[in-house]
Amino acid sequence: MATEIQSGKVHVQTTINGESVDFLAEPRESLLEVLRDNLGLTGAKEGCNNGNCGACNVVMDGVLVNSCCVLSVEAAGASIETIEGVASPEGLHPLQQSFLENAALQCGVCTPGFIVAAKALLEENPNPTEYEVRWWLAGNLCRCTGYDKIVRAVLDAAERMRAEA
Amino acid sequence: MATVHIPTPMREATDGAARVEIEGATVREVVERLEASFPGLGGRLVEDGQIRPGLSAFVDGANVGRRLRTKLQPESELFFVEALGGG
Amino acid sequence: MAVDTRVGQTIKHHDEEYKVIGTRPIRHDGLEKVTGEARYGSDINLPGQLHGKVLRSPHAHARIVSIDTSGAEALDGVRAVITSAAFPDPGDKLTGGGEAPGLPLKFKSANMLARGKVHYHGHAIAAVAAANPHVAAEALKLIDVEYEVLDPVLEVWDAMKPDAPVIIEDLYTAKADGTTAEEASNVAAEMLYEVGDVDAGFAEADLVVDREFTFGVVHQGYIETHNATAHWLKDGHLHVWCSSQGAFTIRQELADLLDHPITKIHVVPMEIGGGFGGKTTAYLEPLAALLSRQTGHPVKMAMDRADVLKATGPTPGGYVRVKLGVTNDGMITAGYANLAFDAGGYPGSVVGAGCRCVFAPYNMPNAKVEGFDVVVNKPKTHAYRAPGATHAEFASETVVDEICRTLDIDPVEFRLKNSAKEGDWQLAMPPYPRIGHIECMEAARDSAQWQTPLETAPGKKRGRGIASGFWFNIGFTSSVTAKLNSDGSVTLLEGSTDIGGTRTSIAMQFAETLGISVEDVDPIVADTDSVGQTDVTGGSRVTFATGLAAHNAANDMKDQIVEGLADLWDVAADSITHADGTFSANGNSATVGEAAGLLEEEGVFPIGKNTVTPTREGGAFAVHIADVEVDDETGKVEVLRYTAVQDAGVAIYPPYVEGQMQGGVVQGVGWALNEEYVYDDDGHLLNASLLDYRMPTALDVPNIETIIVEVPNPGHPYGVRGVGEVPIVPPPAAMANAIHDATGVRMSHLPMSPARVQAALAAEA
Ligand code: FES
Ligand code: FES
Repeated sequence: MATEIQSGKVHVQTTINGESVDFLAEPRESLLEVLRDNLGLTGAKEGCNNGNCGACNVVMDGVLVNSCCVLSVEAAGASIETIEGVASPEGLHPLQQSFLENAALQCGVCTPGFIVAAKALLEENPNPTEYEVRWWLAGNLCRCTGYDKIVRAVLDAAERMRAEA
Repeated sequence: MATVHIPTPMREATDGAARVEIEGATVREVVERLEASFPGLGGRLVEDGQIRPGLSAFVDGANVGRRLRTKLQPESELFFVEALGGG
Repeated sequence: MAVDTRVGQTIKHHDEEYKVIGTRPIRHDGLEKVTGEARYGSDINLPGQLHGKVLRSPHAHARIVSIDTSGAEALDGVRAVITSAAFPDPGDKLTGGGEAPGLPLKFKSANMLARGKVHYHGHAIAAVAAANPHVAAEALKLIDVEYEVLDPVLEVWDAMKPDAPVIIEDLYTAKADGTTAEEASNVAAEMLYEVGDVDAGFAEADLVVDREFTFGVVHQGYIETHNATAHWLKDGHLHVWCSSQGAFTIRQELADLLDHPITKIHVVPMEIGGGFGGKTTAYLEPLAALLSRQTGHPVKMAMDRADVLKATGPTPGGYVRVKLGVTNDGMITAGYANLAFDAGGYPGSVVGAGCRCVFAPYNMPNAKVEGFDVVVNKPKTHAYRAPGATHAEFASETVVDEICRTLDIDPVEFRLKNSAKEGDWQLAMPPYPRIGHIECMEAARDSAQWQTPLETAPGKKRGRGIASGFWFNIGFTSSVTAKLNSDGSVTLLEGSTDIGGTRTSIAMQFAETLGISVEDVDPIVADTDSVGQTDVTGGSRVTFATGLAAHNAANDMKDQIVEGLADLWDVAADSITHADGTFSANGNSATVGEAAGLLEEEGVFPIGKNTVTPTREGGAFAVHIADVEVDDETGKVEVLRYTAVQDAGVAIYPPYVEGQMQGGVVQGVGWALNEEYVYDDDGHLLNASLLDYRMPTALDVPNIETIIVEVPNPGHPYGVRGVGEVPIVPPPAAMANAIHDATGVRMSHLPMSPARVQAALAAEA
C-alpha cells in the first residue's frame, strides 16, 4: 500500500512478476520510470511517454496498460507483469520462441511491448483471427518490420499453445 | 590516355568538351595535368592538392572516393561525382 | 503440402550454391531482444549520474537577444547550465569524415545549441544537468531568454523568392559550375546533371507530359528516442554511450565539435531502436559531454518524442517537377526534372541524391536535372532510407504511369522496353554495371498479385498501381576482427551497429568463407577502441561492406591456420587444401575445430582481420504492386494487397531481407497516405506527438508479399547488394497510380491524406 513519507516520496508496495516489491517514488513518477530507473527493469521501453506506442506495455491486475500512463503510486497493491517475467526458468514463452523463429523483430525496441501485448491477447482469445491480432496490436507501433512477421509470429504461437494445451 | 568526363556545369573550362583525354598513371597525375591544360577546371575538382571534399572519383566504374593514388590504365575512364550518404 | 508462409519467394539468376548463405538461422542477438535483456542507450545508468535536459526555442525564426541562466542555476539540484558559449569557436573549419564530410562546422555546432539566432521551432538553446530529470525539466522553465522574433520562411518556393527573408546572412549559393554567388540567399547550393541533348530529345517526342509535385516533411519515426550518456574524466578521456547508427561517426563529430583529440574519445554503441538515416549525426552526445566536463559526473540525456519530432533530422519537404517526352510507340526520348528540397535550418539536404535517382530506372538518352538545396525555418533535414529517391521517383513514376494511360501501353511493357540495363549511361555517372531492374519487372509481371485480376466490389472504387524504384547503395569503410578460439568457435568483432539482424548476416559470410557453422561464430558489435574504423550503418551498406570485411577476415584467418598446419605437418603451405571447413595435405586432415586445438598446443591463436572500403556497391532496384480501395466519401485509402519485388544481389539472410522489404513498404505507405509535419503560419510544428504524427499500425496494412530476385553484384564475392533502403522508394508512386486507377484522379502531393484525396475527388467531379 502507498504511504507518504517525509521526503515527499511515497512508499509503495506491489507485486512484480510474482515477487513482492517495495519502492519509494515521487508521486509524479510514472510506473514506467520506476520500473526502468528505480527497479532496473529496463525491458519496458519509452517510445512516446503518452500512450501512443505501446513500447512500455505491462500487465497490471490482468489488464494490458501503457506503463508510461500509470502513476507509480497506482501500482500500490497491484500485481504487475513485465517482459522480464514472460520467460520461465524452463525456457522461453512460445511467443518469444515464435518471434525468434519468424524473424518478427528488427531493431527489437518494440519487441517487449509486442510480446507483453500479444500474451495478453492470447490469454483472452487463444484462437484469434489475423484481423483480431492486428486489431489488438494496433496500440503497438513498430517502425521496422511492417508488422507482417509479427502478426505471423503471434498466429504461429497461438497455434503452438493450443496444440500444447 | 585516360578519358576524363567533365560535368556539364564545368564545360566552360573545356570549351564545351564533354570528355578530355589526359595522360597520367594515377588520379593525382591526371588531376594535376587537367589544371595545367584547362586553367580553372582543376580548382573546381581539387582543393589543396586533394579532391574537393564532397566529391568522389570513379575510375572504370569503381568508386575510389578521394584516393588520389589510385592507379589508372591507359584506357581508364574517370568521373568526378558528388559523394552520397545514405539512410 | 502446406506452404510455409514465413518464406517468401526467391528467384535466382545465378547457379551458386552455399552452405550458410541463404539459410534462416535464429539471429545471435535474438534471445536478449525477446526477453527485454538487450541494453539500449537509455537502459544504462551509471553511478553518480546526473540527468540532462534541453531548452528549446518556442519560435521558428528569431534573434537571441539574451539568455539569463541564473534562475536555473539557483534551483536546488541543478548542477550545470550551458549555452552555445560552452562550445569552442568552430571558425572556418569543415566537418571531418562520416556521412557528409566537408560542410562548414559552424552550422553543425550552431545546430547543437543555437548561436545568436534561432533557425526553427524546437532549436536547442541551452542544456541543464540536474540530480534527476524532473528537476532538470523544472530548471528549463527558469531560464530567461529574450528573443527578437523574425518572420519565418517555411516552404522552398517562398524561400527562393528574391524578397524572402534570408535566414543565414552569410550564405552564398554554391553554384553548379563550382563558383559562388555574390549575394546572400536561402539557396545553399545549385546542381545540374546532364546527358545527351534534351532539346533535341523533346523535339523527337510525340507526347510530352510535364507535371509538378510537392511534399510535406516526414520523420523516420524510429521508436527509440535519441539518448546519450557521457562521462568526461579529469584526464580528458571522454566515454560516451549512445544509440547511434555510427559510433565512429559520433566520435568524429565529438572531436570536431569539442575540438578534442580523437584518441581520448571512446564511444560505446548500445543497441539501437531504429534509425533509418535519422541517427547518423549527434544531437545530445556533445551536450552530455560538456555537462559532464563541467560537473565531473556522468550525464545521461534522453529526448522525449516531441523533441525528436521537433529537433532531430526529418527528411525534406519540397518540390519536384518532371517532364518526360516519348514517342507514340512508347520509347522515352528525353527527360527534364527540377528538384528543390528543404535543407531545414542549415544547408545540406539530400537533393543531390534525388536528382541522380529521378530517372534511374530508365535508359535516358537525353536528360537534364536541376537541383536546389534551400534553407528554411524547419529542423535541419537528414537522410531517410534511400534519401531523396522517394520524392524524385514518386514524381517520375507517376508521370510514367500517366504516359502509359495516355498511350494505352501496359505499364510493365513500357518499363521493360525503356529499362536501364548494364552498360547504359547513368546521369553524370559511369555506365551501369550488372543491374536487375528488368529481372524485377519480369518477376512482378509474373507475380500472383499481378496475375490475379483485381476483385471488384459493387459501389467500391478499387485500383491497382505499379512502380519502380532505384537506390545507389553506399560502400564506405568497415572493419572486422575475428579470433579463433581453441574449440574452433570464432569471436567476431565488427563495428557496424546492428539495427536489423546484421550481426548474423555478417557472421554468415564469415562462416561460409571459413567453412564453419554460423552458430560457431559469436558476432559482437564492438566499441571504437576495440575494432577498426567502421562508418555508419546506413546506405544499405552493412551486409555488403561489413560482410565483405568478414569474408576477407575469414580468408586471413584461413591463411594463418594453413601456415600453422604447414609447420605442424611439415608440408608446404600451398599443398594444403581447404574444402567444406576441412584442411588437408599429404594424408593429414583437420577441421577448423581440430586445427584450432592443434594450434593451441603450439601457442598459435589466429586472429583474422580486415578493413575494407569497397568500390562497387552495385545499385538496387525494386518493383512494387499495390491494390487499393478509395472511400469516395472520406477520401481514405485502404491497401488491399501489396507485393514487393527486389534485387538483393544474393540474399545472405533471407528472413531479414524480407523484413527490410516489408518494413520499407509500410514506411512508404505511411509517407504516401498520412505522414506529414503540420505547421502554422508562424512556423510552429503542430503535430509533435505520435498521436498526431500518425504512422501506420498493424491494422492499417495487409501482409506484404515479397519476391527476392537474385542478380549477383559483381562487386562483392558473394554477390551482395544492399537491401535496406530501396523498398521505401516505390510505395508512394505505386499507391498514387493505384488511386488513379481507382478514381481517375492524379495526386500531386505527398501525403495523399484523406482530406487531400477527398478534395481531389471533389475537384474532379
Ligand atoms: S511509451 Fe508508453 S505508450 Fe509509448
Ligand atoms: S523492430 Fe524496430 S520498432 Fe519494431
